[in-house]
Amino acid sequence: MELTVLMYLIPSLIMFGCGVYGFVTRKNMIAILISLELMLNSVDINFVVFNSFLFPGQLEGMFFTLFAIAIAAAETALALAIVINVYRKVKNVDIKEISKMKF
Amino acid sequence: MDYSQFLMMPQELGLLIVFLLVFLFDTFMPKKAQSSLSIFTCVVFAAFTIANLFLFSTGTAFAGMFEQTSATYAIKFILNAGVLIVLIQATQWANSEFVSVRRGEFYELLLATLFGMYLMISARHFLLFVIGLETASLPLAALVAFDKKHYESHEAAAKYIFTAVFSSAIFMLGLSFVYALGGSLYFNDIACNIIGNQSALLIVAIAFVIAGVGFKLSLVPFHLWTADVYQGAPTAVTSYLSVISKGAAAFSFLVILAQVFGSAYSAAWEWMLYAVIILTITLGNLFAIRQRDLKRFLAFSSISQAGYIMLGVIAANEVGLASLMFYVLVYVFSNLAAFGVIAAIENKTGKVNMDDYNGLFKTNPWLSFTMMLAMFSLAGIPPFAGFFSKFFIFVGACHTGSVAIYVLVLIALINTIVSLYYYLLVVKAMFIKQDDCVIPEFKVACSEKLALIITTLGIILIGLASCIYTYLSACASDSSMMFMFIH
Repeated sequence: MELTVLMYLIPSLIMFGCGVYGFVTRKNMIAILISLELMLNSVDINFVVFNSFLFPGQLEGMFFTLFAIAIAAAETALALAIVINVYRKVKNVDIKEISKMKF
Repeated sequence: MDYSQFLMMPQELGLLIVFLLVFLFDTFMPKKAQSSLSIFTCVVFAAFTIANLFLFSTGTAFAGMFEQTSATYAIKFILNAGVLIVLIQATQWANSEFVSVRRGEFYELLLATLFGMYLMISARHFLLFVIGLETASLPLAALVAFDKKHYESHEAAAKYIFTAVFSSAIFMLGLSFVYALGGSLYFNDIACNIIGNQSALLIVAIAFVIAGVGFKLSLVPFHLWTADVYQGAPTAVTSYLSVISKGAAAFSFLVILAQVFGSAYSAAWEWMLYAVIILTITLGNLFAIRQRDLKRFLAFSSISQAGYIMLGVIAANEVGLASLMFYVLVYVFSNLAAFGVIAAIENKTGKVNMDDYNGLFKTNPWLSFTMMLAMFSLAGIPPFAGFFSKFFIFVGACHTGSVAIYVLVLIALINTIVSLYYYLLVVKAMFIKQDDCVIPEFKVACSEKLALIITTLGIILIGLASCIYTYLSACASDSSMMFMFIH
């Protein structure tokens, strides 16, 4: 069976959708972080697939993916640090606890 | 590799040197000398800003990834001036008891974000742009969380980092589609490859890119984080967030939309922006009316101001570019004047509510006067700079000549009148309302006074000194290549 672009693209977009769904519905900040990570990783898959199927002669998408992974790691590290800070303050990682400021 | 191309980025190198000097001072100076770190940073940064006048150069580096034009030079200089004022304003706060231990981190993170914004402005390749965007937004999250003893700061930081990462994920998904269509990440190559492309994928990609950058600019469907983050963050960080990061994002937004997606202007993004601008200006204004906390109030006011800045983007011509830069310049001075007064009062009394300002004119006439000028300028009352910036941005938008844009400008004009109402609420509280527990008279610290004088002079003079707009206009017409594909 021949593998086509769509066979990679559809799982990656489903992954992105799962990330968005998790971001919106989850109440735990760590779970939200995991959802964000899903979204960022699906973008990486997209870039690699587009590069190797559509433009096999170049490496731009691959390089972008490498940088995107590093950036995602930095983002996660910082977000985790902030979550830990919040936990120290309110002894909880539920987002209901951080909804004092509204409208 | 040819290392001499680093010399094409003198402003970035200069900023890096300032950063290293501050870092070394913070790390190796004895404890006694530490207290002068704020003054040291202000002086070094001021020297860098002045040196910038002589660092003008144009050209490209790294195979076209990085481009310096007279327009990017001008906007970087404007941001520099804004950051200098923020640094002077923050001196008092940075030397306060709870902050002074971590003072160095504040300055280093601030300069790091500025470096990221420089990259965003000059990037002509999406990889460099994304790196700049993240360098600009990640340290800002740490800065928002800076006020460890207040709970609000933590809440604001959590909200900021989650929305920032979410928006950059959406932005990068859009980029992956752009890459699929354009076959490159260079702005110019993409623009050449998508000419005449009418596919749905392109429209989806543009929508994602607008959503991603719209989060940074707090345009309306993506604005929900703004008020909370502005309220929770320390006031020095809020003022930085509201002017500097917004100015940089607005400029690079125009560059991306015009230079990359220029050929899809009337097919796709003109109408997306059209809806976004109407929503941004109107909702920002309506929500600002009901705010009592002044930082939240200015957050919603800055949302509606972002809508006005977007008028320069939708114009997509040289006049639009020039008026966008001019608007950012005026906005830097007016908003920083307002934040300067708020910070001065907050540092002394801890009060940020509009009702606390009742009768302020009796006890602190100069502060009230500065605040009044800032509000008049933000609202756009004639002799002050805000009037001219609004005027130019409307002219720039009308320059396209289409009837739809005239309607848009009319809606924006009506909104100006709405905004006048809530800006005058502050003035009314200070000058007309009476209260039993007025904020007592106090002496404003030297640094804050200096910042307020600079911003007040800016508000009064920038509009009247026509040479500034002429210069920005000349810079914009140098960069007219940007609008090559617009039709």
